[in-house]
Amino acid sequence: MSYHPNEMQRRARLAAALLFLAFVFLVGSFFRTQVLQHAQYVLQSEENRLREVPLPAPRGVIYDRRGQIIAENLPGYSVSLLAPSVDSLRAALKRLSGTISLSSEQVDQAVRRFRRAPNRPAVIFSDASFDVVSVLEEHRVEFPGLIIQSAPKRYYPDGPAVAAFIGYTGEVNENELASASFRGYKAGQQVGKDGLERQYESLLRGREGTRFVEVDARGRVVREAGARQDLLPEAAAPMYTNIDLDLQKFTVELFGDSLIGGVVALDPRSGAVLALHSAPTFDPNRFIGGIPVEYWRALNQDERRPLYNKAIKGTYAPGSIWKLATAVLALQSGLVSLEDQMPLACTGGFQYGNRRFKCWDKKGHGHLTLAQAIEVSCDVYFYQLGLKIGLSRLVAGGVDLGARERTGIDLPSETRSIFPTAPATEYYNRRFGPRGWTQSASLNLAIGQGENAQTVINMARFYTALATDGAAVQPEIVRGAAQRTQLFALNDEQMTGVRKALAGVVQRGTAAASRIEGVMLAGKTGTAQNAQDATRDHAWFVGFAPADDAKIVVAVMLEFGGHGTRAARIASKIIEHYLKMQTTQAILTEGD
Amino acid sequence: MSAARRRIADPTLVALAFVLTLFGIAMVYSAGQTDVPTLVARLYRQQILWFCLGLGAAYAVSRASVRFLDWVATPAYAASCFLLLLLLFVGAGAGTAAGTKSWLAIGGVRLGQPSELAKIVVVLMLAKILAARREAPKSLLDLWKPALVVFVPWLLIMQQPDLGTGIVFVGIFFAMLFWAGVSWQLLVLVASPVVSLILAFGPGVWGAWFLVLIALVLWYKPYLVEGVAVVLANVVTGVVAPILWDKLNPYQQKRLLVFLDPTADPLASGYHVIQSQVAIGSGGWFGKGFTLGSQKRLAFLPAQHTDFIFPVVGEELGFLGITVAMALFLMLLLRSVRIAARSPDPFPSLVAFGLASAWFVHILVNVGMTLNLMPITGIPLPFFSYGGSFLLACWIAVGILVRISAEGRGKADMLVI
Repeated sequence: MSYHPNEMQRRARLAAALLFLAFVFLVGSFFRTQVLQHAQYVLQSEENRLREVPLPAPRGVIYDRRGQIIAENLPGYSVSLLAPSVDSLRAALKRLSGTISLSSEQVDQAVRRFRRAPNRPAVIFSDASFDVVSVLEEHRVEFPGLIIQSAPKRYYPDGPAVAAFIGYTGEVNENELASASFRGYKAGQQVGKDGLERQYESLLRGREGTRFVEVDARGRVVREAGARQDLLPEAAAPMYTNIDLDLQKFTVELFGDSLIGGVVALDPRSGAVLALHSAPTFDPNRFIGGIPVEYWRALNQDERRPLYNKAIKGTYAPGSIWKLATAVLALQSGLVSLEDQMPLACTGGFQYGNRRFKCWDKKGHGHLTLAQAIEVSCDVYFYQLGLKIGLSRLVAGGVDLGARERTGIDLPSETRSIFPTAPATEYYNRRFGPRGWTQSASLNLAIGQGENAQTVINMARFYTALATDGAAVQPEIVRGAAQRTQLFALNDEQMTGVRKALAGVVQRGTAAASRIEGVMLAGKTGTAQNAQDATRDHAWFVGFAPADDAKIVVAVMLEFGGHGTRAARIASKIIEHYLKMQTTQAILTEGD
Repeated sequence: MSAARRRIADPTLVALAFVLTLFGIAMVYSAGQTDVPTLVARLYRQQILWFCLGLGAAYAVSRASVRFLDWVATPAYAASCFLLLLLLFVGAGAGTAAGTKSWLAIGGVRLGQPSELAKIVVVLMLAKILAARREAPKSLLDLWKPALVVFVPWLLIMQQPDLGTGIVFVGIFFAMLFWAGVSWQLLVLVASPVVSLILAFGPGVWGAWFLVLIALVLWYKPYLVEGVAVVLANVVTGVVAPILWDKLNPYQQKRLLVFLDPTADPLASGYHVIQSQVAIGSGGWFGKGFTLGSQKRLAFLPAQHTDFIFPVVGEELGFLGITVAMALFLMLLLRSVRIAARSPDPFPSLVAFGLASAWFVHILVNVGMTLNLMPITGIPLPFFSYGGSFLLACWIAVGILVRISAEGRGKADMLVI
């Protein structure tokens, strides 16, 4: 070893230089990290410690036409967990299940929710009972990532009465999240699932707010970082509908538990849907926050199909109520007038080719004018009228009358009614083969049987044209401007004549039992054969009142309900109730 | 003794160490200030106790002459090796080194980590061996003794396993050879098998290194046998490395891999480095304020009172705090080198430089690790990291340095602390 002082000094200088370089390098690295990359790391540090907790916005309150509440929000509680990873979430849920009862499905669901949105608290109960909340609050210290917050809960005060159109709300599912119409939605949010809730989701949802909580490395909530003012939830504006809740509830009571069917009540001028019901009904309140399995099963196994909307979804052979369509087509083309008779009198049946087509009344109706044929619903008259019009014009005319259309009601699941397409020959060839059918198809079509299945709402729409000036109105639950479409053009005399004949149905004809004292009720019964059950017909009645200045059109269909007179009785009660309410209202208003 | 003679022999060194320790205790206190309180909150008090103990030990050591240190080196070395060997059988894990056998415990009471004191003892022993020679080692054969002195405790410590301390030993070895006057070419030759080992993962890079090595061997002209041995050793490590790699513990492999790419496994091993960088980076120029670091408060920093205490400095005191700390360290090291350079005798000079180099490796590896410039090896930061044995060892080193400084300036009879 050489320890000459000069040597030592040389090495000391070298060592000092190396030291200096190393420290400059280290300090330089700190400078880069702390000063040059400061912004990036500050951001990362914020992301580290702040977790977004969504604050659900109250959905818009839905009112009826008089300001009565159809859908509102009740204070509820949601329970969720903040966790850094699936494993720690599972561990926390396991500990949680020692305090409150948690099914394995609930655990799996919470894990699924976490996987979809790991940065949001995983919802365990979207609607926790007060008991659960109070127990959890008591043990809050033991569950550091637990977030209990108030979450508005949807409530329908008259649940079963409005089930047919209100729909329900539920957690947005994966399919919805993937679709374009739900862009901007986040997993765990509540969305409208059916009915108005779904149709007007964008208006009803409000704006979700956000608050931030500060968490530590283990995801424990350390403190509230506070919500910024612009991130507070915003309730949606209230929504006013045309529904007359009194009439709706009255209608539902009429159907009670025993009847199966659908009913629609419309204002023929504005298209306002006054009432819409499908029986039997269910309670949409039980669907909120997840449908209980047994309830869902019971509804699905019920052979009366409570979940199948018979007013807008179900299609049924219209039967005799379609005779008005046949009559309108004949009148419009000038083939007959309301006073014209057919060549053959009704003897209870009609021979066409090698087959005898029966009239519903075996005794026969004798010679009738068109007006009389409508009153008594004579099949034989309409068989001959159908032949006179001809199949192609029957089909083309029916299509023009909207027999293949949706009414455009503002509900998501309306079905298109079923009717042949024009030209008729092509349609029947395609359907039955060129030799599989004869011109006798026009006999069936003329009396509303055959290839014809209409929704209740579509029949109500057609009768709004009969009740007014030949223009049908688009039914609307939520208030909007009336959209009317001219379906046919009859002169005033013809219109009056048709309405007189329809009034005759109730005065003297098939629905004579359904007269309303002091009101001219017009309408048509229908008793439609159906493929499902040959012994039990569907009972139809579509009517309006007062006949000369209609305020309301009601279409009633009773599934397997027998004769149309039964439907007529229900419709007349609905109309009577409505007109009486209108009168009372008018008197009250005048009294002010 | 008169009052006039009761002076500190090297006030600069003692003052630097003193300020660094106070700074460190303040940071240990801050590291305990978390939103969810842990046991760490009270550790600063123990650190103060250890500091008092360290001051006492430094005073005691400074009373011992360099001749005594020279005399005690051999038995101390033997005792240390024995203790480290014993540790492999009775050692316990604890604290942030829970998985290893670094702790000496008697009857369940943990006394400390003998490897911290072993560093000082190895410095003494190595200095004794190197100082005994008239000339600096010129061939590899000359190096077998010093190599053995370091190798035995190194091997024992690597068995614990404590990679960090192992690295410190290697650092001490090379630094002291350099101070002893070994030429840089010979140092490169000695280090070459290790370099080969590291470069073995890139065959092209290793090939280039190998050519450089051959050139160096031809130029330096060592003994033929030695030249062949070096080349062979390089070939072996270059080829054996991948096999050795497979023998590493998975967590060790992971640590090395994460060093190469910290984002590879962000929530496991890389997590520590990322959180450390986030803490440091979010500190900015002046930091978030003493005890107010959010990364630290929310426990995102791992081992924030021991290995990762420097990020707390960075987060709370910013670039300013870091610069001050680094400046203090630099001054301490420069002062120690100066003591080594001014010491007239080989033994104390080598001891002083060896102690300084041990500190330097600690600082370089620990600080580098917090910025992902070095792999995570679990090596503490002198005077800062919580840990009794280490603080004690640091202050014993201060005591030795003060003594060497005093003797070097002919003030041996002075009260050194």
